[in-house]
This record gives sequence, structure tokens and C-alpha cells, in this order.
Amino acid sequence: MSHLSLANIIKTYPNGFEAVRDVSVDIAKGEFTVFVGPSGCGKSTLLRMVAGLETVTQGTITLADRVINDLEPARRDIAMVFQNYALYPHMTVYKNLAYGLVNRGFPKAEIDRRVREAAEMLQITEYLDRKPQQLSGGQRQRVAMGRAIVREPEAFLFDEPLSNLDAKLRNHMRLEIKRLQRYLGTTAIYVTHDQVEAMTMADRIVVLNKGKVEQAGTPAEIYHDPASLFVAGFMGAPAMNMLEARFEDGHMILPGNIRVHALARPDRDEATLGLRPERITITRTPVNGTALPFQLDLVEELGAGRLLHGRVGETPVTVSTSGDGEVPADDLHAEFPAAAMHFFDKETGARL
Amino acid sequence: MKRGVIIDHAILILGVLFLITPLWMAFASSTYTAQEIARDGMRFVLGDNFIGTWGDLLTGAGSMFTESEGKTGEVTAVSGLLMLKNSLILGLGFAIGKIAISMLAAYAIVYFRFPAGPFFFWIIFSSLLLPLEVRIIPSYEIVAGLGLVNSYTGLILPLIASATATFFFRQFYKQIPEEMIEAARLDNAGPIRFFIDILFPLSKTMIAAIFIIMFVVGWNQYLWPILMTTDKEFNTLLMGIKNIIYIMDDGKTPAYNQAFALAVLSVIPPVLIVVLFQSWFVKGLTESDK
Amino acid sequence: MKRNQFGHSPLPYLLIAPQLLIILIFFVWPAVQSVRLSFFLEDPWGLSRSFVGFDNYTSVLSNSQYHSTALFTLFFSAVVTVLALGVALLLAVKADGIIRGAKTYRVLLIWAYAVAPAVAGMIGLFLANQHIGPLFPLFNLLWDFDNKTDSADATFWLTLVCVWKQVSVNFVYFLAGLQGIPRSVREAAALDCQSGFRRFWTVTFPLLAPTGFFLMVINITYAFFDTFPIIDTLTRGRPGGSTFTLVYKVYKDGFLGADLGGSSAQSVILMVVVMLLTIVQFRFIERKIHY
Repeated sequence: MSHLSLANIIKTYPNGFEAVRDVSVDIAKGEFTVFVGPSGCGKSTLLRMVAGLETVTQGTITLADRVINDLEPARRDIAMVFQNYALYPHMTVYKNLAYGLVNRGFPKAEIDRRVREAAEMLQITEYLDRKPQQLSGGQRQRVAMGRAIVREPEAFLFDEPLSNLDAKLRNHMRLEIKRLQRYLGTTAIYVTHDQVEAMTMADRIVVLNKGKVEQAGTPAEIYHDPASLFVAGFMGAPAMNMLEARFEDGHMILPGNIRVHALARPDRDEATLGLRPERITITRTPVNGTALPFQLDLVEELGAGRLLHGRVGETPVTVSTSGDGEVPADDLHAEFPAAAMHFFDKETGARL
Repeated sequence: MKRGVIIDHAILILGVLFLITPLWMAFASSTYTAQEIARDGMRFVLGDNFIGTWGDLLTGAGSMFTESEGKTGEVTAVSGLLMLKNSLILGLGFAIGKIAISMLAAYAIVYFRFPAGPFFFWIIFSSLLLPLEVRIIPSYEIVAGLGLVNSYTGLILPLIASATATFFFRQFYKQIPEEMIEAARLDNAGPIRFFIDILFPLSKTMIAAIFIIMFVVGWNQYLWPILMTTDKEFNTLLMGIKNIIYIMDDGKTPAYNQAFALAVLSVIPPVLIVVLFQSWFVKGLTESDK
Repeated sequence: MKRNQFGHSPLPYLLIAPQLLIILIFFVWPAVQSVRLSFFLEDPWGLSRSFVGFDNYTSVLSNSQYHSTALFTLFFSAVVTVLALGVALLLAVKADGIIRGAKTYRVLLIWAYAVAPAVAGMIGLFLANQHIGPLFPLFNLLWDFDNKTDSADATFWLTLVCVWKQVSVNFVYFLAGLQGIPRSVREAAALDCQSGFRRFWTVTFPLLAPTGFFLMVINITYAFFDTFPIIDTLTRGRPGGSTFTLVYKVYKDGFLGADLGGSSAQSVILMVVVMLLTIVQFRFIERKIHY
């Protein structure tokens, strides 16, 4: 039974723009779901509809067996962490955390207990008397989290909460948010455009594009079995290699008149072939008839590994290798293992 | 390079002197007796009648006008303190009243979706197109018709409605991040609570800035008080100045020393407030046009 | 307007009501009356009124005194605007460039904002008074100065007092505008151009143009309307009505002269002028917001 469900949600703005087109997502209790997609894909609109900050044009939003479509935001039993934190600049941290509870008429002692507990959890107890301006970015982020936690809501909503932090802090807060959410067991929706965040934090990822769900699944499913060209291209860095392939009597033909024995093939003669950079092997001597000539252009040293940028025939291909050994130079071949090959329809982008 | 800096300073000092000299001479001249000024003209250095002049002005004891050409000036001096009080009431009432009504109106315009909103906004906007000078007589008739001539209400109320401060607050509210109201809505704050708990405290420096400007504008009102009050009880400092000028037209010679003291007195409070709170004042003035 | 607003309720009507009512009663209604009265002729005792169509307008617009007042207003406004802006810009550029004492200069140059125009008018009156004013003999050393009977001298002196009163406001805006120019732009200009004078005209001045344009409208409005108390204390139109502005004439004819219809017609003409000025100002502000 889902805890938070979006059923056939449509959002059309008065100017006719369709931000969300028939999205359905079911989220189980305690699940951490990430909405990911490029800007303008409708992920934020979707989140704001759950929060009640945008009206729902069509469809039903249910939280804990209550339809919440038309409830005031404050009555939905959700808490939200905003991108720019939206802390009240004139209130102390304590008052920022307490404000929502005071407005809901909680007894003083209970408010105090919850605020101190949340502050303890987030290690901001010593800052309770400070104002937001006196805090660092990371500390503000914690206060924003705290404001959500004290409410003990049915669901957390995160709207790109880490995008204002520097890279190091972002990695740190990522873990911390995930850990807290696990500990509290609260259902959460997290919106981001950063696929690394999505991969690392999510129990389940919903990839959105142009107001539609491209794919929903665990991070592993999304990564290893992308349902479409869009998902394959959007998730994963460096991005999946894409090659236009043609098939003819047991052979695969790539642009530049590269012809090899086809280890795998789709049910049609033309398709887009996708390969993750780390699944390609580079060898000096072709072992069998399936190796492709690889023209190396540039080597990117990453320390832990190496990225080889080159071409197979006319198509640019990136290969990710371990960082040991000498940098290979010329006369290279790339092996495409059959299991790593993904085929997509050239027109629709659908997985074949 | 060195010479350039000296020239820069020279230009600035000239500018400062250009602004300050007239007022300084007014003050210096107020420290003489009326006869000394009438005989020898305005002064640059201080005299020794400071207490005499200012005492007479504030208490209204001394006559503001000396007799001339055998005519006995009808002298009913209004005490400087009374005029000071009226100017203060006008300045404060104007500033506070204007801030109050325009904060509320701007709040309605920016934060509420209501069908008549844009229409109301245009009516408020129209007040900018209608300075008092183009509607003097009908305005007077309305105030008279409402029985508000010679009352603080009639003096202040009609002045506080013009849209300048409303635009100022509207602009300020629009700059407040959207998330503020969203967070407040999630925190179960309704419109009234949002205004009191969040918007008002956030506006504090803006209120201070606009208060300073509006106090000065209210204090310096000239035409409206002249039209709307006839009773000496309501004389402001600037009306005192107007009276001096107009009675001079009748061929009388004013007590120059007191006239200068009156001019200086009417300048001190607004100048003081602008100088003391200059950073707010500058902020208010330059940000209201955005 | 905010994307996220509070929903429909009577509250916004209550919030906006005070201002709206006062504006309707004390602004809109009198203005409508002004327009209405401009089509009527009223006898000097206010006993009877008759509809005369556009007669008031034609008589106002064909009146030679009105023509000379209009010309005077234009000339006076142009001179006041140019001088007040020029002096203020010069002072602002110097105050901005200086390192030592910049704050002191700022205070000493902005305080005059708070001086009431009427006070400026009165002090101006006394300064050029032939009995007690030190400037009267001083000017007479240079030429035959007589602001009581010579309209050129009266205009000269009135203009100077009006400029005096307006320099501070312009200074505040110009200084804020100068300080709003990013440091990096100044540094780039300093690298690209050696002559400070050239740098001012090619970099600073264009960047200051929006402020300058805004101030121009403000100053024209000032010269039209806000100089009223200065005129009322300093010249009252003398000598011989040569220093009337259009605004002062409305007051003089209507309130003191009891020519209600003619005065109302003048009011309506002024309203049109204000509207034009306001439209220009707002178009400008909108553009500025976008950039």
C-alpha cells in the first residue's frame, strides 16, 4: 500500500504551458524518492503541488490515505526544505524551528522538547540563539532541515536543498540527509537536477522529462537498465556512449564503415547502440573478430582512473579504465561485451 | 596627482560653502537685535543676543513685527513652541499615517489575488497624477464640506493618501523571496500572522528609511496647511514664515532677528533627522525609485 | 505580484480600503470637479454658474499672459534642471573620487535636502534684500542688480535659490549611482584609459545615464510643482507677474483671483503635463527593472 501517491497528475498553467502531463508515482512509507530531470522537466512543479503551493489541474494526491489536493499547505502534514532555505532572517534559529509549532498551538514544553531534540540531532544546539545571517551555508542548511524535522510530518519535501553549497559540503550533507531520513523513517521526496545526488541518495528514482515520467526504479535499475535513450543519456557520468548501428547478415555496421561480427542485435536492422564507458575494454591486440579499432585523441587522468576520449570510426567514444599501467598510445581496439549493449529505437528513443 | 586632489577638495569645499553659508548667516543674524539687523544688515559672525531672540521666539513674548511708517502693526505673535508642536504633529502624523495605510495597501496588492486588485492599484496610482496644485479649490471645498478646516484630521488625513510610499513598499515586498511566504504557509501562518510575524519585522529598516523621508516631507508641507487652517492654534513653523512674508507685503518691517531664528528653528528637526540617520535616508531615497 | 498569493477573502479589501477611500475623496473627486468646473463660467461671487463648453480653455490658451507664463515656466524649469543636475554631478564625482573626508563631505552636502522650500525662499529673500541683504550690494558691484523691479534679476535670483534647494537631492542620487558602478568596471577602465577626464565621459557618464535621466524627470517635476513655496515666499510673481509658473498661476487665479473656470481649465492642462511626465518616468523605471 502506498503512503504518498500521485495519480494521473496534470498541471497546465493559465498561459497554456503543460508543466506536468499525466504523472503517476506511488511512494511507500519511509521510502526516499528522488525526482530528477533537467530544468523545466516539471519536477519542482510536481513537488510544489504535493506541498500545496501550486494547484493541481487534474489528478489526485493522496498522503496517508487522505486526499490532500485541496487542503491548505499547512494542513497537509508535510514539511519542506527550500532551495534557498527560506529561513526567517529576523528570528533566531530557535524561533525559526519553533514557528510552525507555535502556529499550530503546541504547548510550550512540547515545542521546546522537539526543538532541542532536532537541534541535538543536527548538532546546531549551540547556535539556537543566533540569527541566520550569523551562520554558514551548511549551518543554515541544517536549520532548514531542523524546521522540517520538528514538525514530525508524514512526509519531507526537499527542493534542491544542496544546490547553494560548495562541492565538498554538498557531498557531506548528502550523506547526512540520507542518514537522518533513514533514522526518522519519514517518507521523502527529493527534487534535484544532479544525477549524482539522485543515484547516491535515492531508494527509488523517478526520472522526469518534459512533464512525463521516463522511468521509475531503483538507482541500479535506472543505471543498468535505462528505459529510454533519455534516461541512458541523463544518468551516469561520463555519459553513455551512443553509436548509430546497422545490422546485416550477422554483422554490425557503425558509421565510418566499421564492420564487426554482431554479438548481440535488436529485432530490427537499425538502432542506437548504447554502452557505458566502464563496460568497454581496451586492448592492444584484437582477440577475436568483435574488436573495433579505437582512435585515441585525449587522455583524462582522474587519479583513481582514466578516461580515454577517442573515436570508433566516426563516432566519439569515451572509455573509462583503471588508472594503472602506462597510458596506451596507438593501435588500440575496443571490445563491446554483449551483456553491456543497450539498444534503443532511433526515432522514439525507447529501449528495444 | 597631488594638485588634482587639492582641486577636488577645493570644489567640494566651495559646494559645501554654497549650501551652508545662507543658513549660517541666518543663524548668526538671529543672535542680534532686530534693530541691529535693520540698521547694519545680515551678519556673518555671532552676536550676543542669542538668548533674547530665541527666548522671544519660543515664548512668543516679543513682537514679530516692528512698527513702520507710523502704522501700528497688529501683533498677535504665536509662540514658537506652539508652531514647533504643530509642525511636529504634522510631520509625525504624516509619516506614521502614510506608512500605516501604504504598508497595508501594498500588502493587499502584492500578496493577495483578488479580482479588483489591479483596478484599485490604478486608482492609487492616479493620485500621483494629481498633485494638490491642480485640484486646489475642489479639495478645499471638500475639506470644508466635511467640517475639517482647522483640525489636525483635515490637515493630515488628505495628505497621507498619495501613492509614493505605497509604491515604495510594493517594490520592497516584491523583492522579498517568494519562499518566505511559502515557508510561512507551511508553518501554518495565515495572512494576518504572516504580516505581523514576518513581513513587518522584515520591513523594519525600510520603514525607518521611509519614515525619515516622509517626516521631512510632512514637516515641509506648505500650501495645504495654509489653505486648510485659519486658526492660529494650528500654525506650523512654515506658516509662521509665510505670515512674516505676507505682512512684509503690507509695508511692515519684521523683527528680522526672530524671522531668522524662526527659519533656523524650522530647519533644525528635519535636518537633524536626515543627518543622524543618513544611511537609512539615502537608502530609502535611492531604493524607492527601483 | 507574488506567484504564491493568499487566496480569496475580504481581507485585501479591508487592507486597501483606507488608502483607496482617502484617494477617492481627496484626490479623484476634486480632480473630477476640476475637470467639470473647467467647462463652466462662475460669477465672481459664486452665485451662478453657466456651461460654456471649451470657452475657458480657448480664453486661457489665447491669453498672452498665459503664454508668457508658460514660456517662463519652460525656461525656468530647463535652467533649474540643468544647473541643479550639473552642480550636483560635479560634486558627486568629486566626493566619490576622494578618499579622505568623503563621509564628511557627504553629510555636509545632503543636509539641505531637509530644508523646507519656504525657508529657502525666505532666506533668499533676505539675502538679496536691499536693506539688509549682503548680496544686494555685492551683485550691484557687478551690475545694476534690482530684483524688485527688474524681471531678469528677479528670475536670476529665483532660479539660483531653486537650484540651491535641489542640489542635495541630486547629489544623493548621483553619488549612489556612482557607487553602484562595479569596482571591476572602474578597474578595467583604469587599465584601458589613462585620462581621467576621458574615462569619465566614455565609461562613468554612460553608466550614470539612467540615474541622470530619472533625475531629469524628477527635477522638471520639482521646477514645475515643488518650487511653489519658494515662489510664494520669494517673488509671488513679481515684478509684474513675470515670475509666475503655471502652477503658481493656477493658485493665484483660482484661489486669490476667484476665476474658477479659468483656473480649473489651467488645472486640467497641468494634469495633462503631469501625466506625460509620469508616463515618461514609469516607462523609464520599467526599462530599468528589466535590466
